[in-house]
Amino acid sequence: MIFKGKVWKFGDNIDTDAIIPARYLNTSDPAELAKHCMEDADPAFMSKMKPGDIIVGGENFGCGSSREHAPIAIKAAGVPCVVAKSFARIFYRNSFNMGLPIFESKELADAVGEGGEIEIDGAKGLITVSGSDRTFAISPIPPFMEKLIADGGLMKHLTRK
Amino acid sequence: MGYTITEKILMAHTDLKDIAPGQLINARVDIALGNDITAPIAIREFRAAGGKKVFDREKIALVLDHFTPNKDISSAQQCKAVREFAVEHGVVHFYEGGQVGVEHALLPEKGIVLPGDLVIGADSHTCTYGALGAFATGVGSTDLAAAMLEGELWFKVPASIKFIVFGKRQKWVSGKDLILHIIGRIGVDGALYQAMEFTGETISALPMADRLSMANMAIEAGAKNGIFPPDEITAEYVKPRAKRPYKFYASDPDAVYADVIEIDAAKLEPQVAFPHLPSNVRGISDVGRVRIDQSLIGSCTNGRIEDLRVAAGILKNRKAAAHVRLIVVPATPLIYRQALEEGLLDIFMEAQAIISPPSCGACLGGHLGILADGERAVATTNRNFVGRMGHPRSEVYLASPAVAAASAVLGRLGSPEEL
Repeated sequence: MIFKGKVWKFGDNIDTDAIIPARYLNTSDPAELAKHCMEDADPAFMSKMKPGDIIVGGENFGCGSSREHAPIAIKAAGVPCVVAKSFARIFYRNSFNMGLPIFESKELADAVGEGGEIEIDGAKGLITVSGSDRTFAISPIPPFMEKLIADGGLMKHLTRK
Repeated sequence: MGYTITEKILMAHTDLKDIAPGQLINARVDIALGNDITAPIAIREFRAAGGKKVFDREKIALVLDHFTPNKDISSAQQCKAVREFAVEHGVVHFYEGGQVGVEHALLPEKGIVLPGDLVIGADSHTCTYGALGAFATGVGSTDLAAAMLEGELWFKVPASIKFIVFGKRQKWVSGKDLILHIIGRIGVDGALYQAMEFTGETISALPMADRLSMANMAIEAGAKNGIFPPDEITAEYVKPRAKRPYKFYASDPDAVYADVIEIDAAKLEPQVAFPHLPSNVRGISDVGRVRIDQSLIGSCTNGRIEDLRVAAGILKNRKAAAHVRLIVVPATPLIYRQALEEGLLDIFMEAQAIISPPSCGACLGGHLGILADGERAVATTNRNFVGRMGHPRSEVYLASPAVAAASAVLGRLGSPEEL
């Protein structure tokens, strides 16, 4: 699992109301939700980002509501993965359950600037900041969670079982 | 080495002989809950996985409470999809229309969730049921789909933080003020991935409505669950409601805690959480002059009959300030009727309040009370994130029903003592 992309940075406690405001929750259509991804954290995000870009957050990313619309909006926007210092627990389980890779690193967020580029090697558990020799270890994922991602999420994991 | 109440309930829902924090387990689910926002995705996932039959039609609750009464065509479509699924599978606990209430007020009221249960809900405030001595946690829609299919789900066993609350509460200090103070003290990720266990003499004397308010906001400290040891107050609440057996669990004296935090309730005054985090808490004497445009009394945190009685006690023979929209939302049809029979609705109408049907709408910025650019609301709800109740530049101040009622009259944030 290797991801390489441009970084969009967000601060601490980015809540799911900021990721996808409730005013858009009258649909669960991924393409519709993607149009408003991160809108209340950065209204210009969707006009600036390109598919393949990576979101880098601070502590407690995805706190608040259990709405799976949040990781759905991020994934449908074309963001392949999210890196943060820490994740709120429901967002954490939702991401694995629906197959959005997320990585925890306490150091990376402070070492890369907005617009910088990072490369994530999920298998090696390393994140590299492009154009530098700085690498950061990803907090290890339990084997069960790796299996969920490999199977494409919880429901595919269950049907495979 | 002993177990906490959280560990005991989780273990009782597996075939395991031992359990430890950090362990990943599969556990059986007693009740799986979804609403009109989260259930449509769960139903889609359920069907995509080839689901033909739910694991137990008596153990699923589908409550169409968020955008009720349907706010637009899209939300009506979502409700229609859930209704069709509920009918197809004969889901017993299906609520909509005139029978619907705010889910976390409705399920305890109807005895659908009980002490010792393991409850999951595709709604973050599912942790409310910890007030009854149940393990209850918010999950996502895919989790709900898996639970509806299999009747079990994966969990990471949380470590527990024990809160010991002592001292006599001052007159206007409620469970809401206690939990706001705790969140202010430990932060919005202060209990991340952990269980919050509330104990102590103040907790033992705390009425069920206040316990429900406190457990409701455990998620705002990042917790997996909040839990109260069941006691006589629990028994009194549950006995007339339960239609199936239930069990009281208690933490062992030698249970292991990640942290123990003591709180002197006697030293607290009413608390207010300023924008834009529930942890941004101040005592009511430190709020300064904050003019408000709206006061919202309701929600899964504070829309129970006890909350409405407190608000009515303050609003009796008074009126909301001319520039304030006062909105009262009885959380369930039963609470609405009680408020009617007790004359509380008269008091609210004399105070020029809007009485809303039971709904989550205003709390999450869905409908029935949206804020405009620059407007400020005091609300008895649980979240004050950017844009939570409307425009991204509006503001929400979280407080108790007493403070919200007094503020409505004063036209600014304030205490009942100022009236």
